[in-house]
Amino acid sequence: MTGALLRVENISKRFGGLRAVDQVSFDVAPGRITALIGPNGAGKTTLFSLISGFLPPDQGRIVYDGGDVTGEPPHRLARRGIGRTFQIVQPFAALTVRENIAVGTHLARPNRAAALAAAGEVARAVGLGGQLDQSAATLTVAGRKRLELARALAIAPKLLLLDEVLAGLNPSEIRDMVPVIRDIAGRGVTILMIEHVMLAVMSLAAQVFVLAEGRIIAQGAPHEVAADRRVIEAYLGHGAASRMAAGAAHG
Amino acid sequence: MKAYLSIAAVVAVLAVVPFVTASNAVLNFLVMALLIALAGQGWNLLGGYGGQYSFGHAAFFGTGAYVTAILQVRYGINAWLGLLIGIAAGALVGAVIGALSFRSGLKGSYFSLVTLAFAEVFRIVASVTPITGAGVGTLIKLDLRPEAFQFQSRAPFYWIALALVGLSLVLVRAIEQSRFGAYLVAIRENEDAAEALGVDAFKVKLAAMTISAAITATAGCFYAQYFLFLDAAIAYGPWISVDALLAPIVGGAGTLFGPLIGAIVIKTLGEATKLMTGGAPGLDLVIYGLVLIAVVGLAPRGIAGLAPRLVQIFRPRPLAGAQP
Amino acid sequence: MLSPVILVPAVLNGLMTGAVYALVALGLTLVYGVLHIINFAHGALLTAAMFAAFFAYTYLGIDPYLAAVILTPLFFVLGYGLQRFVIGPAAHGQDSNFLLVTLGLAIVIENALLYGFRADTRTINLPYAFDVVEVGSAFLAVPKVVAFAAVIVVALALWALMQWTDTGKAIRAVAKEKLGAELSGIDVAHIYAVTFGLGTACVAIAACLLIPTYYVNPTGGDAFVLIAFTIVVLGGMGSIAGALIGGLFVGVVESLSSVLLGESLGQIGIFAMFIIVLLVRPSGLFGARA
Repeated sequence: MTGALLRVENISKRFGGLRAVDQVSFDVAPGRITALIGPNGAGKTTLFSLISGFLPPDQGRIVYDGGDVTGEPPHRLARRGIGRTFQIVQPFAALTVRENIAVGTHLARPNRAAALAAAGEVARAVGLGGQLDQSAATLTVAGRKRLELARALAIAPKLLLLDEVLAGLNPSEIRDMVPVIRDIAGRGVTILMIEHVMLAVMSLAAQVFVLAEGRIIAQGAPHEVAADRRVIEAYLGHGAASRMAAGAAHG
Repeated sequence: MKAYLSIAAVVAVLAVVPFVTASNAVLNFLVMALLIALAGQGWNLLGGYGGQYSFGHAAFFGTGAYVTAILQVRYGINAWLGLLIGIAAGALVGAVIGALSFRSGLKGSYFSLVTLAFAEVFRIVASVTPITGAGVGTLIKLDLRPEAFQFQSRAPFYWIALALVGLSLVLVRAIEQSRFGAYLVAIRENEDAAEALGVDAFKVKLAAMTISAAITATAGCFYAQYFLFLDAAIAYGPWISVDALLAPIVGGAGTLFGPLIGAIVIKTLGEATKLMTGGAPGLDLVIYGLVLIAVVGLAPRGIAGLAPRLVQIFRPRPLAGAQP
Repeated sequence: MLSPVILVPAVLNGLMTGAVYALVALGLTLVYGVLHIINFAHGALLTAAMFAAFFAYTYLGIDPYLAAVILTPLFFVLGYGLQRFVIGPAAHGQDSNFLLVTLGLAIVIENALLYGFRADTRTINLPYAFDVVEVGSAFLAVPKVVAFAAVIVVALALWALMQWTDTGKAIRAVAKEKLGAELSGIDVAHIYAVTFGLGTACVAIAACLLIPTYYVNPTGGDAFVLIAFTIVVLGGMGSIAGALIGGLFVGVVESLSSVLLGESLGQIGIFAMFIIVLLVRPSGLFGARA
């Protein structure tokens, strides 16, 4: 398929005897939100680490924006426009919110004052405008998630990898975060998100890939994937799909 | 701008000292303190701002000292030129050790260990090779002319040391306000997250180490001119590796004036100890060790870090973000 | 030069020296394996133990091998106390702080010894220090043979402790998975202190084994400890087997290079090996991936 911003071709990664990612191939179309779901341990974060350059693949290719970027280190991928958040948030604890984001805005701006000013704008875009001069260590979980997001946005990425950016948030915080993500996509940033919060996946994603035991087992629009029996079984166990159908027939 | 004014003010105040006192003891004490402050500022850049704790900064100090001394003694090179070459040599050593260590991905304890080992190798080699005078050491001939970077009285040495410290303060301030500085601190806080934001951690750390080594090497060159005698234990000994890290940690690692404050504090403690105990070797270092433990345990951000807390006690202000 | 008559004794001597190196390294690797910190005070503690053994003999007339019986529990308690009441609290759990605090401790101990006892080098004269035992073509010094045997015994005892006692199992649990161990009710601070105590006890034994043939001065421990660091890095941080095998290996290498290259180069060889191992494979030959 031409026009894909990101194409992953036959990517594999094993750790000792464990095949964490097993010959995975998929395309991410530009300008849309794509979700990557799957049960715990399926290999989703490993896949992100492969795409963002933190792990070298054992085999396969990663093609981004038409160029082969397989094996390039994270900082070079960041300069090409791939941004990522981390599943376990990693704020620069001793710095303020503004200074945190400025590390990202500095990518395009050598001047300190310019970087700090741009950081302010990014913060306002994700709703952190009122906490710019607060120490990152004093933020709440929701605040830290937004900071994580803001920092990744600060490098003006074309492709944004969000790793469970909604994890650990309560329902009202999730409801506040979803439109922020939608806005980002609306401004032309392609998003690939790992998510467990199905509500968000359903309302945000145009395309969903399901990863289980290192392999892609299903793909399609959210509602198609939700009804796919292989997906149900991956989450709920062998035979679950039939049991659910039988239960529905009786109920 | 404010910070540069502070630097100018501090330097101006300190510059007045030789006009106020003619005491050699005081000037000597201050020269040593400034020397440690300079060496410590070098460590501070890599360790305080960059988070990479070197336990072997003696490698750079000693290289600066020996290079300038040997160039003068064996090749008749002018002392000031020797200073420049000594700094360059120190920077080169820093670059090599940094490249090897960071290329191998050494961090934390491993990095500290390898820097310690390198410094020891230098010390052992210096204690046996003929060019450094081996066990006997290297003596720079007395030649009390400004062109030879030697002076009759202490005051000119003092002002030069002060100027060097002032320059190092300006340099570190400029780095603090630059992209390089922001990247360095980000690496200290979280290297992976920094990489994901486009920071080439290897290059930044290497640059920091090179500059750090250059600054500490400058202190070494000055030492050679001031004392005119070097041997392996002086040039590459653990004493300077310890002082170079103790001063910034006590004064506040990662702060601009930390090394200067810390150097004055530890030198004062050292002198006070010597006065109280009649100069028996070892006790001052015992105090240093206890101070290190105390600072890490009680005031990890050093004296500079205590200041905000003290301000809080005397002028309580609501915490940022609190509701009115 | 390379005839067996020279090589064999060199190798045997190297093995025996290496055994003591291994014991020192064992204490270091134990602490790293469980607390995940590098104890920079290890050398200073060895020096302190050597002074203690020296004074036990000089002023109390206690033979070093007997002194070991007293000094080992004493130093265990010292190590326990240091970790529990000084290092642990001061470090607030941060790795970089552990480094600095143990460095501070090393400075304090060594310089306290320097201040108290001056920099003079001392030795003791034991009646049997120069006795030799004949093994094939080699004449091996009795104290060294005793040291070798003692290290084997200590290593086995440690292994038995780790495998079969509750404390040993707790130590292994904390080393593997601190949080899980804590949740299972293990007092982690106590286990940390016990491990540090064991590490310190190791140097106490090593000191008693060294004292018959070695000199004592305030920086004496440093030379051993840098060798111990090399061994620990070579054999793998946290691996007991690695420390043993690494120690024996380094002892033999040092012995052979002294024979072939001369004394002063020997030390550099060890450092060079240390640096190379750190740069090429910091996890060592047996250790877990760093």
